[in-house]
Amino acid sequence: MEPTTLFDKIWDAHVVNKIEGGPSVLYIDRHFIHEVTSPVAFSGLESRGLTVFRPQNTVATPDHNVPTIEQHLPIREELSRKQVETLTTNCERHKIPMYGLSHKWHGIVHIIGPELGITQPGMTIVCGDSHTSTHGAFGAIAFGIGTSEVEMVFASQCILQPKPKKMRINVEGKLGKNVTSKDIALYVIAKITTSGGTGHFVEFAGSAIRSLSMEARMTLCNMSIECGARGGMIAPDETTFAYLKGREEAPKGAAWDQKVAEWKKLKTDENAVFDTEYTFDAADISPMITYGTNPGMGVGVEGSIPTGDDLTGSDRATFLKSLDYMGFKPGEKLKGKKIDYVFIGSCTNGRIEDFRLFANYIKGKKKASWVTAWIVPGSKQVEQQIREEGLVEIMESAGFALRQPGCSACLAMNDDKIPEGKYAVSTSNRNFEGRQGPGARTMLASPLMAAAAAVSGMISDPRE
Amino acid sequence: MDKFHKILSSAIPLPIENVDTDQIIPARFLKAVERKGFGDNLFRDWRYRKDSTPNPDFVLNNPKYSGTILVAGKNFGSGSSREHAAWAVYDFGFRVVVSSFFADIFKGNVLNNGLLPIQVPEDFLTGMFGTIEKNPSATFEVDLETQTIRNNSLGTEFKFDINPYKKECLLKGYDDIDYLLSLKKEIEAFEMK
Repeated sequence: MEPTTLFDKIWDAHVVNKIEGGPSVLYIDRHFIHEVTSPVAFSGLESRGLTVFRPQNTVATPDHNVPTIEQHLPIREELSRKQVETLTTNCERHKIPMYGLSHKWHGIVHIIGPELGITQPGMTIVCGDSHTSTHGAFGAIAFGIGTSEVEMVFASQCILQPKPKKMRINVEGKLGKNVTSKDIALYVIAKITTSGGTGHFVEFAGSAIRSLSMEARMTLCNMSIECGARGGMIAPDETTFAYLKGREEAPKGAAWDQKVAEWKKLKTDENAVFDTEYTFDAADISPMITYGTNPGMGVGVEGSIPTGDDLTGSDRATFLKSLDYMGFKPGEKLKGKKIDYVFIGSCTNGRIEDFRLFANYIKGKKKASWVTAWIVPGSKQVEQQIREEGLVEIMESAGFALRQPGCSACLAMNDDKIPEGKYAVSTSNRNFEGRQGPGARTMLASPLMAAAAAVSGMISDPRE
Repeated sequence: MDKFHKILSSAIPLPIENVDTDQIIPARFLKAVERKGFGDNLFRDWRYRKDSTPNPDFVLNNPKYSGTILVAGKNFGSGSSREHAAWAVYDFGFRVVVSSFFADIFKGNVLNNGLLPIQVPEDFLTGMFGTIEKNPSATFEVDLETQTIRNNSLGTEFKFDINPYKKECLLKGYDDIDYLLSLKKEIEAFEMK
């Protein structure tokens, strides 16, 4: 038999039908929804006189709009409150399980799926959110969709999708001290650009990837959309199975053993062919920091902003426009630049390991007086774990306060916005103009880089 | 979905690369629960100043430029999957977006909303920008049936790619849900496997 890729195996097993010369009808195992991209899909569905076809395969949580303090009170901002209420009534009407603000499983949609064991190897998973790619860490095909497609999944549990091309990104060797999977992500995007993965689905492989924890794998797959790829995935292995075992929705008993046996077959065959392949050396990767207005504009913390001298025409104009927004000059060093805000959280870096890294670094140190820090767990369960492990005390004695779960400052949709002109070292995923608030200047980095910036008040190297 | 007709129009240029969907419509304007009025906030933070008055330097506020064709720099529509970006572009009045490269999700979203994304080679795009710069009322013709876009001033023409299924949907105003609903039996049989 022809050798095939992990992606092909899962994709082919989910094709219900193929339109000649057109897209495939792809069956969707799990559909996550949130308050922002679902209301128009619900109203579209209802205007056709339909109900949700498979509500039990759908899970809802409000995350984008929610405040991260005083969650027991009604949401103050009217439009946000209305969107969250609309999600609640839509889920009630269509019998969709929802983990709302008061629920012990509430959190960012891409955090709660994995932590509840809903996300499993071999599945097809979609959500009206580009960071659905996170779930690919389990060896699933997971990708973001638009609201029209959310409506398709509601109506039929299927969507029409052209099959993407396949890319493999190998990272071999051992990562340096205090280099995390976030740094791998920012390094790879800096190398292949924000459009390098467009049209492709990425499989991450190689010894450096295999040695990553499940949470670190999620961070990497989460960021795969930032290179333009539809999604990223990693073949399931013992790390995956150990993470999943015993979680609420993971199979139990004999069903577990049977599933694990199936999941072990989910890997790319030797000699399978990819449309595009890259290999990077883990030892070349430093703690990364971005200096511009897309996630591909990143350098190692010891490095400098490029001069842009090699750029011409609209490439150069775009580069200079970006630096102008950031208030930086070509060729400048980043280390030592004063910063104003630090944000630890989001679907990229809002899991327990991220807070452990942060707490471990700041332990016994003090937050720089001029820095405002927002420490936002990705879910109620993460928040609980932070408390149980005594990390809150470490944070508090260093001058940091823990907030409540939500997307928070990642996207300036709720109350957590970075003010105009301020510099924020952020563990989130996008440094677009205005992403964290109108005029906000975002510098993407790992939780360790953010920790180092929070205590020194400037861009610092966490290895020092 | 509205049917896509032949278009003869002037075009509005946006020669910026990597325009992400946060620029097309910032997250703070995604709070509506209905699909209308998003055009008002298209390119919000470029189009309006801090005090909400129009920024005269932005192309959409320049009366010289008009038309139903948006011409943008490469890698248009990257980032967030928000379909609100497609709704905003459509609601503003555009029916065609031309670029030398589109991000995947955005491209899928516009096709699902009766808006045609046309990917053209870099030199054709440069030609369009040049033509508009010289004469903002210069016209372009888009014919989906023959898959051609024509720069009337330069007399150049490009035959663009589009998935035949999506082309049919646009021409007839069909959407994917009608088709998926017709497959209900096959989907149920698939679930039993």
